[in-house]
Amino acid sequence: MLEIKNLDVSVEDKQIIKNLNLKIGPGEVHAIMGPNGSGKSTIAHTLAGKPNYLVEAGNVDFKNEDLIAKDPYERSLLGLFLAFQYPIELPGVTNASYLKQILNAHRKSRGENPIDAGEFLKILKEKSRNLNIPMEMHSRFVNAGFSGGEKKKNEVLQMDLLDPSLIIMDETDSGLDVDALKSTSEAVNKLRDGKRSFLIITHYLRLLEYIEPDHVHVFGDGSIIESGDKSLASRIDNEGYEVK
Amino acid sequence: MNKINKDNFKQDAYKYGFVTEIEDEKIPKGLNEEVVKLISSKKNEPNWMLEWRLAAYERLKSMEVPKWARANIAEIDFQDLYYYSSPKDFKDKPKSLEEVDPKLLETYEKLGIPLKEQEALAGVAVDAVFDSVSVATTFKEKLNEIGVIFCPISEAIQKHPDLVKKYIGSVIPVTDHFYATLNSAVFSDGSFVYIPKNVKCPMELSTYFRINASETGQFERTLIIADEGSYVSYLEGCTAPMRDENQLHAANVELVALDNAEIKYSTVQNWYPGDEDGKGGIYNFVTKRGLCKGKNSKISWTQIETGSAITWKYPSCILRGDNSTGEFYSVAITNNHQQADTGTKMIHLGKNTKSRIVSKGISAGKSSNTYRGLVNFHRKAENSKNFTQCDSLLVGSSCKANTIPLTENNSNTSSLEHEATTSKISDDQLFYCMQRGLDAEEAQSLIVNGFCKEVLQQLPMEFAVEAQKLVSISLEGSVG
Repeated sequence: MLEIKNLDVSVEDKQIIKNLNLKIGPGEVHAIMGPNGSGKSTIAHTLAGKPNYLVEAGNVDFKNEDLIAKDPYERSLLGLFLAFQYPIELPGVTNASYLKQILNAHRKSRGENPIDAGEFLKILKEKSRNLNIPMEMHSRFVNAGFSGGEKKKNEVLQMDLLDPSLIIMDETDSGLDVDALKSTSEAVNKLRDGKRSFLIITHYLRLLEYIEPDHVHVFGDGSIIESGDKSLASRIDNEGYEVK
Repeated sequence: MNKINKDNFKQDAYKYGFVTEIEDEKIPKGLNEEVVKLISSKKNEPNWMLEWRLAAYERLKSMEVPKWARANIAEIDFQDLYYYSSPKDFKDKPKSLEEVDPKLLETYEKLGIPLKEQEALAGVAVDAVFDSVSVATTFKEKLNEIGVIFCPISEAIQKHPDLVKKYIGSVIPVTDHFYATLNSAVFSDGSFVYIPKNVKCPMELSTYFRINASETGQFERTLIIADEGSYVSYLEGCTAPMRDENQLHAANVELVALDNAEIKYSTVQNWYPGDEDGKGGIYNFVTKRGLCKGKNSKISWTQIETGSAITWKYPSCILRGDNSTGEFYSVAITNNHQQADTGTKMIHLGKNTKSRIVSKGISAGKSSNTYRGLVNFHRKAENSKNFTQCDSLLVGSSCKANTIPLTENNSNTSSLEHEATTSKISDDQLFYCMQRGLDAEEAQSLIVNGFCKEVLQQLPMEFAVEAQKLVSISLEGSVG
């Protein structure tokens, strides 16, 4: 699915990622844990193609394509989804019309016709119900004035809608209370179908208690310093990042 | 970061730039008394109309071209212009669509205004103005049944002289300013609307203006009168071929709303803006003014200004009737070398008058976009209120946005509220949308349409979708 080889990334002339290697197979759930400021979010942004995130060396293979050579929207259409830590507000753009437009962009790339309004509403209702999102939220502007929980739920709704093959979650647990964390995680777990892969970036263990990873990596000083199974996450939680 | 093939966008940037190959009949170039008389005789006008025009022309001789706009306007040689152009064999206006030259019908079809297939625009009556003449007006009979008059102004001068005489120049006096006075002397055609007492006009009225001939100025004149308790929604659209020269468009639009009447006037202006280097394009110098003459009357202007090399206009409201309301909703988009200096004037004369101004300026490329507005409370305009909001959005770093709001408050009991913002489309917003599968152009268009939403939603439904597309097209090639 995804293979990162010897990746160096710098942001504004500062090298953040140094010789990163990571392989994620189909259906696998990987978690990257690391202290604040370690640059773990940089991995997410680099994979999604954020401008100013400069790949200095190495390469990334995603579904047998050279990911780095592609524009951000092409990566999305290829099946890469990034759930943002801080979802962006789009004033004046209603959530419903935004969701419909991004869905149609994906349908178009698959050679399908734009979705019919009635059918879209049906899908939106069903998927919103799973996440306890009131339909009223869709007539508001995208993320504008949303609470932290609403923003994160809206991210999960989008990943559900776009049916990606790799989901990168950047600190999705931040800003969520226990109830929201639970319902959000349940929705994410429903997307685990044995084929779809996940890369979960988090500081804390708590998200991983709901979404159980197959592999856990500890990130420090721009690279993966230790890998293991989910027990590694519990150990980090008990002992902190300093202990190796 | 975004590999956008700009050449592709150049080609479809202005899709209305074609020229209709049709023989036209022009009167000699130049501006003089003979030309004014000739235009009047072409229209078989009664003597009072000719006298009115000549008075305007007399006045014009002592007037000077205004120069205060924040725009670089090339000197216009008013003697080197044609003031009248009409498709040949148009001496007798066609009585039905069957008699209209198929080439003209084809032109409007290409512009997306099918005059023939009314099913396509059901619920909208269209008056099509080609250069200096009105080509066709649809749904006339249906409107006649309820007493609504919707016809070319040249026809109204013949058939409804009392109404025209009473109201023409009553909102924009012939002495107003150079371009308005020029229009009064040489106006060729335009639309006339009268809504009788207590009639809510059941369909949108729409005029579609097309400049085709070269070296020709278009001087249309529109007059809309809403009698007591009536309502009308009116929309105008404009396009022109791509030509190297600058062409002058100096229209006058007058609106009169009597007691309890409401006029909603929407404009989607898409005149040819000139090429990427700023060559050619329309000079859009238009005077639009509405008079809320009666109590509880309301006039609402909505404008989507995307075209023209230079746009210079201030659709205004004179709030004379007590409790009257004026509104101005504007989206002005400038790209490449376009210049726009636009805004409104709200003149509060009556008691308890209210006005609301929402202006959204979007500048891209090397363009310049100025909001200029005046809110004036007269001494007697007790308990009046204005709310003004001016937002500017910058795309790229070579464009300019200015906001010049002027207020004059002579009433102790009146209040003004003003908000202004200037923002840029953030890279984070673009990246977020692109991460969800939208390319750079789509992402920008989504964000810009969101920025304009408050104004776009004022448009009649039939045109809102078109306007959204137009907003996107106008900014093509400005990303990245």
